[in-house]
Amino acid sequence: MDHSTRAAQFIRNEARVHWHDQALWYVRVKRDKMAQSVPEWENLREIAAQIKAHTMSRLPDYLEMFEENATRLGAKVHWAVDAREHNETVYQILKNHGVQRVVKSKSMLTEECHLNPFLEARGIEVVDTDLGERIVQLAQEPPSHIVLPAIHKKKEEIGELFHRYLHTEKGASDPTYLTESARGHLREKFLKADAGITGVNFAIAETGGLVICTNEGNADMGTSLPPLHIACMGFEKLIPRARDLGVFLRLLARSATGQPITTYSAHFHGPRPGGELHIVIVDNGRSQILQKPEFRRTLSCIRCGACMNTCPVYRRSGGHSYDSVVPGPIGSILSPAQDPQRYYSLPFASSLCGSCTDVCPVKIDLHHQLLAWRKELVLQGLIPFSKRLTMKVVGWVFQNTWAYEGTGRLVRWIVPKLPRSVLYNRWNVWGKQRELPPFPKESFREMYRKRKVQGSEARNRK
Amino acid sequence: MTSKQTILQAIKKSLPPEVPLPDLQGLGVCYENPEAQFAEILKAVGGSFFRVKDIEALNRELKNLKFYQNARKIVSLLPGVGEPTVDLESVEDPHHLEDVEVAILKGEFAVAENGAVWVTDRGLRHRAIYFITQHLILVVEAHQLVHNMHQAYERLAFINPGYGAFISGPSKTADIEQALVIGAHGPRSCTVFLVG
Ligand code: SF4
Repeated sequence: MDHSTRAAQFIRNEARVHWHDQALWYVRVKRDKMAQSVPEWENLREIAAQIKAHTMSRLPDYLEMFEENATRLGAKVHWAVDAREHNETVYQILKNHGVQRVVKSKSMLTEECHLNPFLEARGIEVVDTDLGERIVQLAQEPPSHIVLPAIHKKKEEIGELFHRYLHTEKGASDPTYLTESARGHLREKFLKADAGITGVNFAIAETGGLVICTNEGNADMGTSLPPLHIACMGFEKLIPRARDLGVFLRLLARSATGQPITTYSAHFHGPRPGGELHIVIVDNGRSQILQKPEFRRTLSCIRCGACMNTCPVYRRSGGHSYDSVVPGPIGSILSPAQDPQRYYSLPFASSLCGSCTDVCPVKIDLHHQLLAWRKELVLQGLIPFSKRLTMKVVGWVFQNTWAYEGTGRLVRWIVPKLPRSVLYNRWNVWGKQRELPPFPKESFREMYRKRKVQGSEARNRK
Repeated sequence: MTSKQTILQAIKKSLPPEVPLPDLQGLGVCYENPEAQFAEILKAVGGSFFRVKDIEALNRELKNLKFYQNARKIVSLLPGVGEPTVDLESVEDPHHLEDVEVAILKGEFAVAENGAVWVTDRGLRHRAIYFITQHLILVVEAHQLVHNMHQAYERLAFINPGYGAFISGPSKTADIEQALVIGAHGPRSCTVFLVG
């Protein structure tokens, strides 16, 4: 199913679309306020982009430096070529420790690898502890946004879910009451867990440390109670020096939710006394992206979600319409890189307005890449036949002046005479949500010619 | 070939051209009144701020705090501050800290730019205390206030194993219809005392 088909399901409920749109725009406005309060914002973005570009250009060195330093601090570093190896690695560690229950803080990587079902199938209970993630986990849905996983859900729906699973009062929908119940429920899970799994926001080559940012403190709670901590990271999370964090932590939360910094920015260097820290470094297609010069900049993404909040298509089509772990503009570039057959429609889910590029804190040229993907997909022959045919015909018409003029004349003459049923049928995909404009009597070219003649006649009369 | 070698080889296949590492000199905003800035931001993110002259004044303010008045399980790691009832050192298992109501802990320094306080687990038996307590009180010496995050990292060296975090306000979430709720899993309040 392509993006527009799934989006069509979402936009059937107009009020909901409006509500979704407003909720995300509100976050975008908060981001703007924060960005404007930092006079050196643009400079910071530029420096962040440079740090990431530099890291990528020396990635093998930095990865080895990171492993060496992390090991020196007492962590165990594992490498995983793909999702399967990642899941197996995590499972083996858990099995060796006899773990039954795991608490997990937000990690898009484990989502990407489908770690939860993998562990659950092997008898391990996995509880997502970010409130938004817990909500979608209970609803058995994937997150619809990378920072706000349950942004598509109404509080009444969450009330229903909590009533069913956490035994809250029927019909209750007050966010404070619901959050309080979740607090009780999750605290219980934290206390019973044998291990904590987290993602990684930044990994520091120079020190061998990890940084994890949350507002709820769930990553810290989940790693300070049980003795085992497993951190899963894509290799692109690396930064060279600890002081580079000064740049990234200033950008991340401001771009994501319009906060000056996340409530908790935790720096883990080695395991805690008596505990174990395992770090799993994952490729899973990233090295493929690195090899494509036109797309490799996407590996700089710090997953702030700003490009989603600002995207007019995302806001109106909902995160689930992308059917990918990372939705929105950045997801529309990353997903086809992993599976072009499946995600061929995503680069078209964009108005190419460039707003995503404007807000991106690491200056990824998102809308240019979306356009580049469209070309790439045409070359790979992954565009549906109808679209390809239309493009071919239109391309031919545009190349031949006589065909262009002739078609124009024909269309201007015939369209106003046609009944609606002929114009707006299932073959006219364009006309699904749009009305044709009124057709002028003559084309610009004709008008121009006439005026020229009139003009020269007038001049001659003088 | 190990997975590590496979990955590194795949990466080396076509590395991007070398880009120099940028200099971070000169970055960061300085404030005319960093204390006022810190107080303002901390309040904006849901925290409370007190400026006190000395420990005596701190103790006086403490007694006025509602959640402190009724608390029975109190941890304090600052000599002479508050009336601790739980000795963190003698607690074997961090799970037993579940019912601690107030924890008074030292913050190494504070950042005016974003209302954050740097804390570590140095000399602390259970770092869980920062998150598991219902109310968190951080005490920072007034001269340990920096303007911005770049200055903050200049102060930090990560040489030995350990844990450190910037904490900016109480645990919070806005996952239900973007409504901000204070007190997700962690502390329901975060109070910062600047002393000196
Ligand atoms: S592409 Fe840029 S704006 Fe989008 S999530 Fe990544 S860092 Fe944020």
